[in-house]
Amino acid sequence: MKSNKIFISGDEAVAQGVRLSRPHVVAAYPITPQTITVERLAEMAESGEMEGEYMHVESEHSAISATMGASSVGARTFTASSSQGLLYMAEGLHYCSGGRWPVVMMNANRSVALPWSIYGDQRDSLSLLDCGWIQVYVEDAQEALDMIIQAYKIAEHKDVLTPMMVNLDGFILTHTYELVDIPEQEMVDKFLPAFQTPNKMSFEEPKNLGFSSKPDDNTEFKYQQNEAMFNSIQVLKDVDQEFADTFGRKYDGMVEEYRCEDAEVVLVALGSVCGTIRVVVDKMRAEGKKVGLLKIRYMRPFPEAEVKDLAKRVNAIGVVDKDISFGYEGTVYTNVNSAISKIDKYVYKSNFVGGLGGRDITKDEIEEMFNKLFSGVENKSEEKVEFFSLNVESND
Amino acid sequence: MTNLVDIPKVNAKNMTEKEFFYGHKACAGCGGSIAVRLALKVLGERTYTALPAGCMSAVGFIYPQMAFNTNAIITTFPGSASMASGIAVGAKALGQKDVKTVVFAGDGGTADIGFQALSGMIDRNDDVLYICYDNEAYMNTGIQKSGLTPYGTKTTTTPAGDNIPGTITHKKNLFEIIAAHDIAYAATASIGYPQDFLNKVNKAKHIKGATFIHVYASCPTGWGTPTETSVEIAKDAVDCGLIFLAEFEDGEYKLNRNPKQFAPVQDYLKKQGRFKHMSDADMQCVIDNRDKKWSRMRKHWL
Amino acid sequence: MDRPKKTEFKFPTHIDEYPTGPQYAAGYLPETNAGWRSVRPVVDHDACVYCLRCYLLCPDGTVVKDNGKITFDMDYCKGCGVCAHECPKDAIEMVKE
Repeated sequence: MKSNKIFISGDEAVAQGVRLSRPHVVAAYPITPQTITVERLAEMAESGEMEGEYMHVESEHSAISATMGASSVGARTFTASSSQGLLYMAEGLHYCSGGRWPVVMMNANRSVALPWSIYGDQRDSLSLLDCGWIQVYVEDAQEALDMIIQAYKIAEHKDVLTPMMVNLDGFILTHTYELVDIPEQEMVDKFLPAFQTPNKMSFEEPKNLGFSSKPDDNTEFKYQQNEAMFNSIQVLKDVDQEFADTFGRKYDGMVEEYRCEDAEVVLVALGSVCGTIRVVVDKMRAEGKKVGLLKIRYMRPFPEAEVKDLAKRVNAIGVVDKDISFGYEGTVYTNVNSAISKIDKYVYKSNFVGGLGGRDITKDEIEEMFNKLFSGVENKSEEKVEFFSLNVESND
Repeated sequence: MTNLVDIPKVNAKNMTEKEFFYGHKACAGCGGSIAVRLALKVLGERTYTALPAGCMSAVGFIYPQMAFNTNAIITTFPGSASMASGIAVGAKALGQKDVKTVVFAGDGGTADIGFQALSGMIDRNDDVLYICYDNEAYMNTGIQKSGLTPYGTKTTTTPAGDNIPGTITHKKNLFEIIAAHDIAYAATASIGYPQDFLNKVNKAKHIKGATFIHVYASCPTGWGTPTETSVEIAKDAVDCGLIFLAEFEDGEYKLNRNPKQFAPVQDYLKKQGRFKHMSDADMQCVIDNRDKKWSRMRKHWL
Repeated sequence: MDRPKKTEFKFPTHIDEYPTGPQYAAGYLPETNAGWRSVRPVVDHDACVYCLRCYLLCPDGTVVKDNGKITFDMDYCKGCGVCAHECPKDAIEMVKE
């Protein structure tokens, strides 16, 4: 296979993925750390590298509204946002999934104000976990590019017709340069055919879209939406396989296990921190400690089967959450815990909350988490939610 | 560019007999539905219609009753202009020709919550005709004050009592705010002057890019008027000078109707339940504001 | 067809009979609006000069141009009375249902 590798940032890799997917309409509003993506797309629209229209919308709410409008006449669309901007889209995110418009967006995961912070955590997208979008979290720039292309194929599948959000950690991924393989346009065209949908307005078959439903019907439309999300589980696995067959890169679908085969304790995480955890796993494995990593790729649909399967094989599971649902626990933990509770076996669990607002999660901290899981099993410790790496003493 | 002077006029005799807004659940005598129905008859079949949350969407699309006999979509409330922009740009990107996208949004959906998106749409000059049907309050949610509710109006959020005489602000200057964007074409109209409205829609239809029409459309339910007087009351509003008919084209304002004498404002107000409580002083305040506005318009727009 | 007509609608009995998301055929009308009416328009064809003001101003579009005569689609007339009130010849009368 011909290789065409260039040195680009995560944001630029997303822009390349978008260009290769040939969207008709790109509508986006700038926000750090997503901006480089939309700047590159604007340049590609100017140079003619990208044939689609670039819309200079005046807000994120209009970005999502414009993409839905374009999708409603059968156009392939893209938008991108982050943090406050994503939250400003919140109404549109629900509207878009309910309308069954397979818009694809990139979200640069960033902390949510207040206090202001432009740096990364995953509070933005996780707080919108229930908006009906497929959510995938990538680990590096190559995966970001590849997942944009896959996202269109998954979202536009006739049994899915559900929008998809590709999340990458702000700065850590968006602004870090890596060598990224750029697929051939011809091969992408073969992998990703033109967008077809029954859910559009046309002059051949005029339709009324986005209507109201009475209590008699509303549940049925929501049921259907939920079914579509479950349908996407098989579709995304098939698409990943087809992608591997075409481009030679495979991401293993819902989750990716790392050295979990005989693991006793495992950390579960999303996104870029998985890279750091892998390094620690290797180090501890070399010391004879049976540790592993479960990288959750898709938060919606949730990899319940995969989590349950892992839980049956291990003694302890720790969840690293770069977010906190105030007054309870990390959102990833809540989801993982719910899956574990459905198996008939006790697994020691712990929730490690940190990495907020751009604070690094260090190898030492990760090693400490693994050690806490080992001692938790041994001492039958109380399960708890722990804010790690506080810089000051707390009252706990 | 189309020579706008030569566009064939559309009137009751020659307009398409096809109905595009039919079987809807609007209140009997609804002025907004007259505006939507007539505009769609001028715009014709190759039209995408976008409506935000509001009366016309609430009464038009209740599954399985689909009252738009043409392509239509309900948009987000603040995003009608941007969703319509997306439709227009999407249609262009797909290579569709001879297509018009139209928005029908109420006064609240336009002057309040949808204003930011509307400003963006005009700034980008997307090929959308945006029609604001102004019934001077949030009627769909039960008659609450909007930015286009006039002074003195009693609404459910501006109740008239001993301390406050209903609404205490005047209507926003929507037409001039839109014109200030240097839009290619903007106009005001009233369903009380239907031929004038048809002409303006027809003109906008033939202009490529963003256009805007602010049409005054009565609401018997919210205004406390008999259903049969919906057109008459919208004409009265123009005749007493509270509503003006104007256009903005090529950077110039044009006052379409400049009567030597206005019909009495009091007669117009007293016909409507929403103004019944107004004192003479409050009515004088309405008249003074009208006169100030007209003297400015006559000075600069003639 | 100039005007959509009342169309039969079979309530879905299986989830697959629902459209994929909120999308449906334009101009599909399972219900009429005739039940809203307490008065109905009656035209005096001798007095009518066929000026079409009623046709122009009907909020529901139910005034029909019928070979030079005015008739009404009584399935969708709500009886608002705008046609009678606006008639310059007083050729339309609203009568009790």
